[in-house]
Amino acid sequence: MSRTTRRRIALSLAVVVAASTAAACGSSSSGGSSGSAGGSGTYTVWDPYPQFDGSSDWAKLLDSCGTRAGVKIKRTAFDTTDLTNKTLLAAQQGNPPDVLVVDNPVVSTLADAGVLTSTAENKIDTSQVEPNLLAAGQLGGKSYGIPIGANTLALYYNKDILKAAGVAPASITDWASLTAALAKVKAAGKKGITFSAIGTEEGSFQFLPWFWGAGAQLTDLASARAVSAVTLWKDWLKKGYAPNSVINNTQTTSWQEFATGQYAFAENGTWQLANAKKAGFGYGTIAIPAASGGTAPAPTGGEFVTVPTQKDTGRYSTSDAIVSCLTDAKNLLATDTTLSYVAPTTAVQDQQVAADPALKVWVQAVHAAKGRTSDNLGTKYPKISEQLWDAVQAALTGSKSPKDALSAAQSAAR
Amino acid sequence: MNTTAQMPDASAAPGGDGPAKPRRDPAGTGRGTPRRPRSPQWAAWGFLAPVVAYLGLFYAYPLYRNIDLSLRDYTVRSFVQGGAPFTGLGNYRTVFRDPTFAPALEHTVVFTAVSLLFQYAAGLALAVFFSQHFRLSTTLRALFLVPWLLPLIVSASTWSWMLNSDSGIVNSTLGWAGIGPVNWLTSPSWSLASVIIANIWIGIPFNLVLLHSGLQAIPATLYEAAALDGANAWQRFWKVTFPLLRPVSAVTLLLGLVYTLKVFDIIWIMTKGGPSDSSTTFATWSYRLGFGTLLPQFGPGAAVGNILVVIALAFGLVYIRAQRKQMSS
Repeated sequence: MSRTTRRRIALSLAVVVAASTAAACGSSSSGGSSGSAGGSGTYTVWDPYPQFDGSSDWAKLLDSCGTRAGVKIKRTAFDTTDLTNKTLLAAQQGNPPDVLVVDNPVVSTLADAGVLTSTAENKIDTSQVEPNLLAAGQLGGKSYGIPIGANTLALYYNKDILKAAGVAPASITDWASLTAALAKVKAAGKKGITFSAIGTEEGSFQFLPWFWGAGAQLTDLASARAVSAVTLWKDWLKKGYAPNSVINNTQTTSWQEFATGQYAFAENGTWQLANAKKAGFGYGTIAIPAASGGTAPAPTGGEFVTVPTQKDTGRYSTSDAIVSCLTDAKNLLATDTTLSYVAPTTAVQDQQVAADPALKVWVQAVHAAKGRTSDNLGTKYPKISEQLWDAVQAALTGSKSPKDALSAAQSAAR
Repeated sequence: MNTTAQMPDASAAPGGDGPAKPRRDPAGTGRGTPRRPRSPQWAAWGFLAPVVAYLGLFYAYPLYRNIDLSLRDYTVRSFVQGGAPFTGLGNYRTVFRDPTFAPALEHTVVFTAVSLLFQYAAGLALAVFFSQHFRLSTTLRALFLVPWLLPLIVSASTWSWMLNSDSGIVNSTLGWAGIGPVNWLTSPSWSLASVIIANIWIGIPFNLVLLHSGLQAIPATLYEAAALDGANAWQRFWKVTFPLLRPVSAVTLLLGLVYTLKVFDIIWIMTKGGPSDSSTTFATWSYRLGFGTLLPQFGPGAAVGNILVVIALAFGLVYIRAQRKQMSS
């Protein structure tokens, strides 16, 4: 190595150091400048609703809430999975959004990372919210946001197919009667049920009603009850009641399969109600049955409105004003109607059912629902969930037996 | 941690012999610096500064951060607030011991090797075919570029529709021919093959373009001479085209290797690396560790990313070595 090269390396190292310190200064100063704006100026809102563009009701609501709080709103929409990472990176760089609308199982993770302010700090009033919904956003006895709406899973059915197969929807009360109904549908030449068992959080979300419906606990994935839930799905695939494509289905592609009109049942959420009306065939909904009768607890879905930690704590009061505006009864009704969610407060739920009696099934399902991070699982949930969807996939593809797959999952999740 | 960090390093590797070459000849004049007045040297540094700053800011610093990430025990909390404890090679040990490591390595090797082989063979065959200058040759060649021009999300989503087990066009065509349905994307024994097929289709145009331009550089007189010597078409290909195309082939294969190693979008969109890790490569595994779950594991994710960088770098060095040998001989 010649002297010139050595000098060159030393210089480039010096430049790297200088550049990185410059970058560090840059990020902190930008955080400071946005902070100094104080009560007026621009407030950033991040949400996971890329389907709503600037002219949508949701975007207009945000703007009007900003105007009411005396600030301008800059909204950015991300894909749900992308939003968590973007938020963590932004928090690391010291410029998180002022208001963050985020999927409920992520709240405890973000709170644990110190990204979110508790409702004690940001003064958001959560007294009206149903406790089982609020629980998903709680960690160590503190709440870290307010649900904007809730959704959960139920079974949509195709009226024409059930009629042709001679199945009465009311007769489906447990797993045995559901499986019997699927057998009849198949015998009538139609397809049985579609759901999503993809290797992401969506797969776990869709599996949990059956898992909990069997009486299994997330703390013990290898229990006999858990095995019975996986076996139920596996047998449906084996007997052709469910298509093989469920292994790669997202909830959207699963819905597309149901929308072809070839399937008797689809496990999906409230957010598909608007699409169901457009499907072109008669549909109905029933709650997902538990193994031996009754309604299975489904996981709560839906987003929380949170206020990320800022260097300038003076911004919280305006953020609180925006959040309160977004979640006041009138706006909640409008937003939850657009998102086709069930409202998180009883008062608004009553209004929703009064406007659309078909929502009654969903309101009841939301009452019975359970947060994924509840039961004090918090940040342990993501690890368990990953093992759970892996196990379900391994069992459905036949690469492992349900029992082996779940035993492996339990030892890996610990 | 991310795929962008791999590219610069890998592409910097072939360029690595760039500075080496000028050093060879102006070495004598360069040594005479003490004679010169000082100001021109400052000017030289001034001209150098933008490039060095650019390299430092966009290449060296991200790479340094990625190595740093892989050597610390990051939790979500320490990622945001700093103060992650240094754990040395702990993350690498975690990754090597992970039950996903062996299958991911195997899939990465198979995916890269099979993709490269078929892309190169098909690209070369098409390049030779299109160098014949028949009518419509340009139009047809332009059509072959379509896979390259399409956004990856479009082509990957289309492939995943076509290969759908129940409603895909591939299975309905096979069914028409009397072959039972194949679970292309949902069976552990087929998912890797499916993503390889899609990747080959996407990679052919790249090979076609590079090899076609390489063919243009071979003088026509050589073929005439070979024909006069009585060489048939097959012999002309193996004795003239193939040897003269070797430098271009080497670059094509190296770039192809780097691109294929880091392929992520196609696999993620089509199978998410599943079912049960059956199509997981290092690239998708790294993403899944870092971003794919609700609770990111940045440390191991960065470690897997660095392993990929090292593999790409190793092949870059092999290429430079081969090129040096060729130049000296």
